[in-house]
Amino acid sequence: MRLGELWRYRELIYFLTWRDIKVRYRQTILGVAWAIIQPFMTMVVFSIFFGELAGVPSDDIPYPIFAYTALIPWTFFATGLNQASNNIIGGASLIRNIYFPRLALPIASVFGAVPDMVIAMSILLGMMVVYSLYPSAVALVLLPVFLALAFLTALGVGFWLSALNVQYRDIRFAVPFVIQFWFFATPIAYPASLLDQPWRTLYGLNPMVGVIEAFRWSLLGSGEPPGPMVIVSALVTLTVFVSGLYYFRHMEKSFADVI
Amino acid sequence: MSSDVNAIHIENLTKAYRIGSRQAEYQTLRDTLTDLLRLPLKRLRAFSPRAVDLADEAYPRVFALNQVSLTIKEGEVVGLIGHNGAGKTTLMKILAGITEPTAGQAVVWGSVGSLLDIGVGFHQELTGRENIFLYGAILGMRRTEISAKFDDIVAFAEIAPFIETPVKRYSKGMRLRLAFSVAAFMDPDILLVDEVLAVGDAAFQRKCLRRMGEVSRTGRTILFVSHNMTAVKNLCQRVIWLSRGQVVQDGPADEVVAAYLKSLSEAARDHVWPDFEAAPGNEHIRLHRAAVHPHDDADAETITIETGFTITIAYWNRKPGAVLGLDIAVYNAMGIVVFNTRPPADTLWQNEPLPAGLYESKCLVPGHLLNHGVYRVTLTVVANHQRPIYQHDEVLTFEIQDIAETREGWFGNWQGVIRPEIPWITNRLSDNVPTKD
Repeated sequence: MRLGELWRYRELIYFLTWRDIKVRYRQTILGVAWAIIQPFMTMVVFSIFFGELAGVPSDDIPYPIFAYTALIPWTFFATGLNQASNNIIGGASLIRNIYFPRLALPIASVFGAVPDMVIAMSILLGMMVVYSLYPSAVALVLLPVFLALAFLTALGVGFWLSALNVQYRDIRFAVPFVIQFWFFATPIAYPASLLDQPWRTLYGLNPMVGVIEAFRWSLLGSGEPPGPMVIVSALVTLTVFVSGLYYFRHMEKSFADVI
Repeated sequence: MSSDVNAIHIENLTKAYRIGSRQAEYQTLRDTLTDLLRLPLKRLRAFSPRAVDLADEAYPRVFALNQVSLTIKEGEVVGLIGHNGAGKTTLMKILAGITEPTAGQAVVWGSVGSLLDIGVGFHQELTGRENIFLYGAILGMRRTEISAKFDDIVAFAEIAPFIETPVKRYSKGMRLRLAFSVAAFMDPDILLVDEVLAVGDAAFQRKCLRRMGEVSRTGRTILFVSHNMTAVKNLCQRVIWLSRGQVVQDGPADEVVAAYLKSLSEAARDHVWPDFEAAPGNEHIRLHRAAVHPHDDADAETITIETGFTITIAYWNRKPGAVLGLDIAVYNAMGIVVFNTRPPADTLWQNEPLPAGLYESKCLVPGHLLNHGVYRVTLTVVANHQRPIYQHDEVLTFEIQDIAETREGWFGNWQGVIRPEIPWITNRLSDNVPTKD
């Protein structure tokens, strides 16, 4: 897989990530506040319509923090995936003229979504204080594992879509739809506990289900501790990641000719 | 400086591109899915890269490189010349690892740095300083390496006062200078440079060439693509001439460049299409001949900066009564239109309805007008003074030679798009020299 080469180019990944972050909020008035506004406003709207009016259950946790906790990893995933799937096309002139490991582009895209997530988390800390909800130490230790799962899922799907995007420009139009459908197929506005077993485990075939539920469990103690559903999700994530890596590697030889 | 150690070894290198099939355009998912249904077996690999199967005669294809074999030793500085589309850039891209060959193999020993297009990694919103680091990283440099060379890069680019300004506020020339400067401080074992020296003003071009000369003296292997024959001759000991994806000649720089220039004047300076049916053209006109010759001596091989030359265009007019005008544009090697000319209104047959028949127009270009270099002629036929009905790019290519043997400056380029003979007068105004006391 020539992954050693990628390691030699780690500074390139660093600079590409740095470029994405640096450029993202240039010439905006609100700047980095956008990283908070997006999930926060979504949370407010959800709390009014789903939480208050529709009375969607939230595992006995106040609805606003229930939704916001899920929106953090989801927004990270959606941003990372969206950027990653367009990054190869966006770097067309680079690809045609300079050699570097092409994997650096989608990887840097997903890394570039990390700071926004960290900023959005600061609001979560405030909400925890307001609602007096504190995570247990054990659960908190597992949090990075679940974040890594979200990272790998975004990267795996990003590998697939960015490589396909070079050959089939349909992908560009499909990505926003896919992300929207995926959003509603993931327990963000509602809990996975709406489903009974064995359906709940099967639900884990959507890798983001495991990520979101586990994330919420580790921060809020909601739902049940990670079990079969999260394991199914993790396995799907690994499968998508490894297959995406292979597919990308296989396709990248023709990028410069096709793009 | 060259040693006996191989730096590049290429064997039967072939690169084919499919033409006419949908590969040329972006494949949509629907196309692949319908193909998949129609030809399930043949298309099982539809989701794989569209490798060109050399045995599959069903697809028309064009060979950018066709069974090229050559070896370049460590420390050699090799020029790569040939027409546009001869395969020079494709060869560079394969060596750089940007694209893969269809068949054959290329082995490269050591790290490769390529300078195929300049400044593609720049981000407009970032400052000059930030872009130096970003572009350097894209070119494969380490952060510590870039930091160490940072001051040299800025000095070379001559942009020190603007280093904290976003690149989008730079002029095009400043951007090019900055990009070249970053690349000029790369330290690869093998450097691939493609035509990028044709950027910036003449003074910066000279600086770039000087830098290339310095780099070549450090024992680095360099492959240099250029249309600037003077630069090629000065930088390279060895030159490889490619045409239609194959090596025509490979040898000492002077010999190969001379042979190439001779072929230019022979092949592209006089085209005759005796057969009406096979002649280029359309329903309005067909070309019969396009030629460039020195005024006084039609057999003379070379056109120099002093020689006047004649551009001859002969064509069949197929539509009786058409009011046709020829329009000739002469481009220099940098793609600049040096002049554009049409027959004046009082020329015979100009502005008159033409009976069908064979016509010949001659355009007499005076000597002492153009600078030395390679020129391309584009012919446009205009109907009724305004509507272009036929255009032929590069209908002619010719070289104007410099007659002076030696020049100031080490690569001997006389600056200027044109080179008119301009009278000077110098007088002695007084025999009195003021002295300070």
